Amino acid sequence: MISQLTHKTDIIKKSPLIVIRPINGWMPLNLGELWDYRELLYSFIIRDIRIRYKQTALGAAWAVIQPLFMMIVFTLAFGRLAKIPSEGLPYPLFSYAALLPWTLFSEGIARSTNSMITNANIMTKVYYPRLIMPISGILSPLIDFTIAFIILLGMMLYYGFIPTINILFLPAFILLALGTSLGVGLWLSALNVQYRDFQYTVPFLIQLWLFASPVVYPSSLLPEPYRALFGLNPMAGVIEGFRWALLGTAPPSYLIAISALMVVALLISGALYFRRMEKTFADVV
Amino acid sequence: MDEVAIHVENLGKRYLIGQREQYKTLRDAIVHAAYSPFRFLKRGLKTSSNKEYFWALKDVSFDISQGDVLGVIGRNGAGKSTLLKILSRITMPTSGLVELYGRVGSLLEVGTGFHSELTGRENIYLSGCLLGMKRREIEEKFEEIVKFSEIEKFLDTPVKRYSSGMYVRLAFAVAAHLDPEILLVDEVLAVGDTEFQKKCLGKMGSVANEGRTVVFVSHAMASVQSLCTKGLVLKEGQIDFNGDIEDAISHYTSSAYSTDPVKNLLDVKPRKGTGEILIASFWAEDESGKPSLTIPNGKPCTLAFRGHVCNSEKSYDGVGATITIKNYLGIGVFYHHNFLSGNSFNQITGDVEFLLHIPKLPLCAGTYTADLDLSRVPGHTIIDSLKGCASFDVYDGDYFGTGSEYRAGMSAVVMVDGSWDLRRCQ
Repeated sequence: MISQLTHKTDIIKKSPLIVIRPINGWMPLNLGELWDYRELLYSFIIRDIRIRYKQTALGAAWAVIQPLFMMIVFTLAFGRLAKIPSEGLPYPLFSYAALLPWTLFSEGIARSTNSMITNANIMTKVYYPRLIMPISGILSPLIDFTIAFIILLGMMLYYGFIPTINILFLPAFILLALGTSLGVGLWLSALNVQYRDFQYTVPFLIQLWLFASPVVYPSSLLPEPYRALFGLNPMAGVIEGFRWALLGTAPPSYLIAISALMVVALLISGALYFRRMEKTFADVV
Repeated sequence: MDEVAIHVENLGKRYLIGQREQYKTLRDAIVHAAYSPFRFLKRGLKTSSNKEYFWALKDVSFDISQGDVLGVIGRNGAGKSTLLKILSRITMPTSGLVELYGRVGSLLEVGTGFHSELTGRENIYLSGCLLGMKRREIEEKFEEIVKFSEIEKFLDTPVKRYSSGMYVRLAFAVAAHLDPEILLVDEVLAVGDTEFQKKCLGKMGSVANEGRTVVFVSHAMASVQSLCTKGLVLKEGQIDFNGDIEDAISHYTSSAYSTDPVKNLLDVKPRKGTGEILIASFWAEDESGKPSLTIPNGKPCTLAFRGHVCNSEKSYDGVGATITIKNYLGIGVFYHHNFLSGNSFNQITGDVEFLLHIPKLPLCAGTYTADLDLSRVPGHTIIDSLKGCASFDVYDGDYFGTGSEYRAGMSAVVMVDGSWDLRRCQ
């Protein structure tokens, strides 16, 4: 003890680079730190993509196979058998254009929720902003999305659809899909650390959500007073937006503004909840 | 020289006992919420019945000057790893304050972030990035890292096809090229082949000489001794000693320091066997016959455990006692059985002590665990068996009687008598 005290007097004070102290309750988002770690985010995304297709015979073709087969099944089941209207579009094109943002969204949720578990051993060994994990989970499906998008362009060419100038709005809809995915993903990934129940809830939730979104049917199928419900589901706006920007259907209604607000609320609350739970992750996971 | 690098003040970390189990299901949380929705909302999704706390670290305060190499020593559960985890910001303290004056790099594991499916090259980038290197930095040092790891040929092979030695070499090569001002190192140096360990120790030594601050947690006294300048002894989550490394080690190894050296094993689970005789306690005795937590090598010692016959009316014949000593990696070092030395134990009643006398303890300094077994002759029926529940520490006790320090603690497990000769060829 004595050596400690004499020691202290010699110390020349300057400001510390890092201060660690217990914080109770809400934590600041610290987005600046997240930016400092952007290279790690990039590394995580690259790792996820590489691991995904290592030791697969078909490799990146899987990015296409999944939505493509969904499209075929939907076309047969809903287009041919159930004869669901497709706003005058060929049903394959109608459903595939919706499946693209849908897969981006659902894969993002699934991967970000799982990211906390797959990275558990890293999380307990080294510090980095924990937000990187769900964010990388959301962003890594973008590669699959890009590949699948090229197929869509091919299909459009085949069916003789030329994209209109509206295609310029597409990034906004992609951003909205990513935002929704991240908002939900943040909540679920933080909850998943504590309650593994959410691992089992996610596939189920995604399936329900799929049918609550106009993927297999046009939103016009819903009678007017109930259409407003779509405002609560940001993915409805995203899908309508995709069809509008690429295939020239009716533009998404004003409801998309409500959706956007919802996404912002979801993002902020999700990020705050995640940060709040974050400090216990390493002890609980 | 005396500029502070790490300032720690009243640091504490409290864990909830059984936390891992308690948080598992949502059901508990929902039930809890249904019973008391208001309190639930206030506290968030947390189960809060019958909380029992345990302070892994309490009121820890110290300062480390820049360029110091601090060795943190203490027995298992003394709070060493918790301290390191707080310093490296993996877990948040419950109380207190830490100030770090410089960029921090932590090595708590060999190959942090390594993924078995990725190639050596890919893992260098991933692990380097995780440990806090910038991509440009890695690119600049890439050649050097590869050269240091000696795995040039396998750079584009997935790591899962590496031998464990290659894996460790690559992992260390990345870690050795970290360039933070403060380096936090857990016992990661304890693996890998000897040659490479020396290289890493050398690299770390040069790191320390460059004026970098290092906090090093280890069980291996030999490496602590050779690497560190300052020592911090932790005991039950509190600082027991803080000072120069030599003093810290002698404080730690002095028998006065220890808690009860006789480890009670009656309530330990899981155990196998019929349970007719229970292994009640284990201890190691030094030369003087006194139970001690740490014993010197090169000297006589006794490893002992007490057997308790449960049925006081019964007497047992042909009882076999076994002690298997394993090192910290769980690798068997030696095994002894009373039949091996031609001793037989008959008419065992009441409480007995089984004593294994070792004339000259050949173990290198470190922590060892003892597996204890009791069996009976017909068919080697297991009476009681405890794996990995008892442990003791060994420190350097001038094995060769030459007074020269034995510094092979890292590279070997046992010592053998031997002498050297020189034959001139001509």
